[in-house]
Parts: sequence; C-alpha cells; structure tokens
Amino acid sequence: MTLQAYQEKAAVCWSGCKNRHAEFMANPHLSGGQKLAVHYFTVAMVLFMAQLLFGLLAGLQFLFPSFLYEILDFNVNRMVHINAMVVWMLYGFIGSVYWFLEDESGVEIVGLKWGQLAFWVLTGAVTVVVLVYLLIQFGAGNDTSLWLINEGREYIEAPRWADIGIVVVVLTFFYNVAATFAAGKWSGIAGVLTLDLVALAGLYLAGMFYVTNISVDQYWWWWVIHLWVEATWEVLVGCIMAWSLMKLLGVRRQVVQTWLYIEVALMFGSGILGLGHHYFWIGTPEYWFTIGGFFSALEPIPLVAMVVHSIYDSGVHRFKNSNHPALTWVIAHAFGNFLGAGVWGFMHTLPQINLYTHGTQWSASHGHLAFFGAYATINIAFFYLAAQQARGNVWMGGDLPNGWRWKTAAVLLNLGVLGMTVALLIAGYEQSFIERAVEGSTWAGYFAAQNNAWFMQAMVWRMLFGLMTAAGGGLLFWDLLEIGKGEQRPAAVISTETSA
Amino acid sequence: MTEQIPPRWASETFWKKTAIWVTGGSFVLLVILTFDSMAKIAAGGSRVQAYSVINKDISYRLDKSKQRYQPVIGGDAPLFGKSLSEEEAEKLVDLGKKTVQAKNCMNCHTLLGNGAYYAPDLTKAWLDQGWISKESREQMMVNFLLDPEKNARTFGSNRKMPNLEITKPEAEAIVAFLKWMSAIDTNGFPHNFKAIGAED
Repeated sequence: MTLQAYQEKAAVCWSGCKNRHAEFMANPHLSGGQKLAVHYFTVAMVLFMAQLLFGLLAGLQFLFPSFLYEILDFNVNRMVHINAMVVWMLYGFIGSVYWFLEDESGVEIVGLKWGQLAFWVLTGAVTVVVLVYLLIQFGAGNDTSLWLINEGREYIEAPRWADIGIVVVVLTFFYNVAATFAAGKWSGIAGVLTLDLVALAGLYLAGMFYVTNISVDQYWWWWVIHLWVEATWEVLVGCIMAWSLMKLLGVRRQVVQTWLYIEVALMFGSGILGLGHHYFWIGTPEYWFTIGGFFSALEPIPLVAMVVHSIYDSGVHRFKNSNHPALTWVIAHAFGNFLGAGVWGFMHTLPQINLYTHGTQWSASHGHLAFFGAYATINIAFFYLAAQQARGNVWMGGDLPNGWRWKTAAVLLNLGVLGMTVALLIAGYEQSFIERAVEGSTWAGYFAAQNNAWFMQAMVWRMLFGLMTAAGGGLLFWDLLEIGKGEQRPAAVISTETSA
Repeated sequence: MTEQIPPRWASETFWKKTAIWVTGGSFVLLVILTFDSMAKIAAGGSRVQAYSVINKDISYRLDKSKQRYQPVIGGDAPLFGKSLSEEEAEKLVDLGKKTVQAKNCMNCHTLLGNGAYYAPDLTKAWLDQGWISKESREQMMVNFLLDPEKNARTFGSNRKMPNLEITKPEAEAIVAFLKWMSAIDTNGFPHNFKAIGAED
C-alpha cells in the first residue's frame, strides 16, 4: 500500500471515530457526568486488556527466559503490567464517582467542562508515558531520566512530569466532586468521599521526591502504596459500593451509611497503622514489629464486615435486582476483597512469618487476588451499570439474549485469577522453604528455589490460568460492547426499602 | 409502619463520630511515629550507616543474644582502593541509587525485599558468596554490570540480565550503593544469610 492509501485509510478511520463519538455524546439516556464516566470506563477497559497482555508476556519469560530478551525485557513488561493495573483502577474509580455524582448530589456537575478536559489531558499523558516505557525503556543515571522516562520505583514509575500532571487532574476531579456536592445536597456518602479524595490526592505527594537514602525512600513510598491501596482506595470503594447497593438492591440509605461509617472506622483504624507491616525490614526501628503486626492483623475485620453486610442485604432483598451481571460482580467483590486482601494478606502479615515470605511469590499471590478481588470486580460492576443505562436503561435480569457471554466471562475471570493465585502461592511456599529457610537467601539459594521442579510447575499452572483470565477479559470486553443492544424490555424497577 | 429508632451503638451518628475519632487518632499516631522513624533512619545513625561506611569492611553475622542477623562494620576496606570523604561517598552512592532507579532494576530485583521476583534480592548483594572472594568481588561486580550477557551468572536458570548500557562510573557507583545498602540494619532480614568471608 502506498503512503497515500494509508493516509486515506487513517482519515476514514478518524472520521468514523469522530462520528461515533458525536453519536455517543448525543445519547439521550446519559447525563453529562455519566457520559464522562463512560469515557473513563472505556479507557479503563483498554488498559485492563493491556494489563492482561503484558502480564502474559512477563509470565512467559519465567518459562522461556530468552523470549523477547533485550527487546521487551521482564522489567518493562512487568512495569507496564502493574502500571496499567493501577491506572485502569483509578480510571474505574473516577468514572464510577462521575457516574453517581449527579444522582447523589441532585444537581448537574459543576465545572463539567474542566472534568472533560482533564480526561483528555490524562489520557494523552498516559499514552505518552506508556510509549516512552515501551520505546525508550531506560535512561542514564541522572535526574533527566527520572523526570522524563521512568522513576524506577515500583507502582509509581511514572516520570515526574506525569506525576505533576496526575496531581492537576486529580485536583480537577476533586473540584468537580466538592463543588457539585456543595451546590446540591451533602450526604454521608458525599462527606466520606470528599474527605477520602483529599487524602488520596495528598498522599500522592509523598511519592514525588527523590532521596539517596533508600530507607527514607521506601518509608515514604509505602505511604503512597499502602495508604492508597489498603486505606483510601478501600474507603473509596466503600462509598461506591454503598451507592450501588442502594441502586441495585434498594437498600435504605440509613443502613448503608451506618455501615459505611463502621467500615471507615475499621478500615482506617486498622489500615493507617497497619502501614507498619511494610516497615519490618527496610531499616526502620523494631517497634514497627509490634505496631505493624498488630494493626495489620486487624485489617481483615472491615472486610469481614463487608461480606456480612452484603449477604445480609442480598438476603433481605432476596437477590431481587435490576442488573444481574453488575450484582454478580458486586458479590465477587465482597468475597474477593475478603479473600484476596483479607485472608491472603493476613497469612503473611506477622513478622515471624514475613521474615521468610517477604519478597517472594507470596506477595505476587496476594497481589493478584487482592487487586482483582477488591478493585477490578467493583469496576466491572460499574461497567455493566453503565452499559445498561447507555442502552436506554434496558432489562438486564434473567433470560438475557447471549447471557452466556457475561456468565462465561465472569467464571473465566474469577477462576483464572484464583488459579493464578494458588499457583503463585505454591511457588511462594517453595521459595520460602528452599531459598529462605534452607539456603539462607543467597543468590545461589534464590536460583536453587527458582530452578526447583515445584517452582517451575507452579509457573506453568500460573501461565495456564493466566490464559484463562485473558480469555475471560476478552469475552468481557466483547460482552460490554454488545450487552443490552436491541433489548426492548425496560429494566426491572427495584423499590427502596421503607423500614428495617 | 413507624420508623424504629436504632439503639445508640447502631446509630449513624455514633459511628460517624467513631470514624472521625479513630481516623484522626490513628493519623496523629502515625505522624508522631514518622518523626521518630525519620530521626532513627537518617544516614549516619546506628540503623542506617553514613555513606562513608563504603570505606569499611562490612559483614553480616548472627547476633546470638538477639537471635538475629546483623551487619557488622569492621576495619578499613576502601572501595576500589580509594578512601572517600563523607561528601564524596554520598555523591557516589547517590549516583548509584539514581542509576538503579533509571535502569528500572526494581522491576526484576527486590531491594530491601521490595520489587519484582524475577531476579535475586539486592539487599545483601555486596555480601553474596557468589562473588567468590572479597578480593575478586569489586571487579567481578563492575564487569557484570558493564556486560551482563558476557559475564552472565544464571545459576542454571537461563535468566540473563539484559545490557542496560551502564557506564563504568555508573557501574562503580552501583557497587558503592550496594555496599552501603548491605550495612543497613534490616532487623535480621534476610535470615540465615551466610555472608562472603563470614565463614572465617
């Protein structure tokens, strides 16, 4: 094909995209905030696919170390894998909040135009960051590399220029949320959400400076990672869950808000000082053994409370709901959060055990189930709520045409992640015994554990379940594009509970 | 049906106040502990050594009273045969740390046990017996960093570190950073680690 032919093809493609976007913006079923939410959800799904793809590449490198050697090395694949995850989750959360902001506040979003602009700026920045990760990969050991290419700190690798962009975008998002609630009505959910966003944005600043001392570096780095993932994200998800239980099941506001406050008390009460479980081995004082061990051991309690809450509400309402796929994912969230973040976290949180498991595949096992169970699930539930509303608030109960698709996707994704988690746990056990306890953590000990047949077997199983997860992800993508199209029946009406 | 008033312990206001007090209290405690920890992990203290510790011999041994492995700082053993001032040492370790970040080491290796699990932990890399002897160690480390494929140490795993275009000054700085990091008191992590020369 000549260059001209390519240009023509690109022009056709571009105008097609523009038309589809214009058509979407004219959708009468969605409010301004909901349209913005769908933008966020769309990019979140694309990033989810990227997470799966780069996870598969990194997983394959455990089995075939020469695969893509010096083309896309493990560190690049793994960085894109975990960064795509963090960013798609944030996109999902931001989208979910935009989704219910008008409903919860009772007014239109204040400053929506700024929110829309922030979305395009953020998406542009994410694209540039990923392209630089893939094409440039690394630089020389100087500040320029840290500012423009890669900061080299796990999870928050984004170069400094992007950090500043992220803060600006989050502040715009915060302005939308706070100003809208201020113009409309405040509620318990609104109050918790607004304060949580202040903490979420403020904590990011703790990860935005360079220091030579690696103990100080990791101390603040954990402020961002832990206090996001094990505190502010959990509370944010609590707010999102509270609103969705009212919408999906018709639970009374007083009930969900009381639960929300209980969860905030338990979550922050255990999670803030639970941060100490990351301070056992980084050079920090010994008192963190007691503080970190004790408070992090309490961290599963709010997650148990969430499961109790969900089962109680679902039981009271006899599972009557207006969106079966969304409720399925909310249930997956309640159990996934409890198992992945709660049980899997608790298993190796005490220092006496963590001495042997820290920095092994145990962490990878916990990470896979926790991020999926706590955060991927609730975002997927919102994608289904959005799909339902965008197609005219149509029926999404039983007897959906092609209902096999969402069910199969849910089964493949949940089983796939659970399978990877168990495989990685076996690898983690083996590593803790052979590398740590027997061999004493030397490099020779590390490789003795990596070469062990049990470890390799676990990596094969992880790969197979990874493929299952990816198949589920692809099916989910397809289903979200199709579900509810051509459906004529209106959504089931769920009456709000009047009294306890 | 009339609205039932929940008991005080189940009321929204009670839990709202509890949430505020618990969150505020925990955060204040964390801030206090952070001030204390920052003072205790500043470079030059007993937990995190001054950067000039790279001029000294470093080992890692079991402290029988504590039942825990701890770094042991010995006599003079200047890195690359050159004793550095505190300022020079800090500059060198700083270049090493920046290079470790710029080359994205943490997405294959772990440092202080944090990072990815595709390559060995670097916390005590300076003390690893894989460097054969204390005499050959410095040069072996630099050679490895400059050309990891040629000097590959895969221990039968076929996993090779890629060439990250590390320059000689950067490689020496990384070695300095690793030597300094190995002297951090990590509360006994990793356990049971037999350091190079510790068998003497």
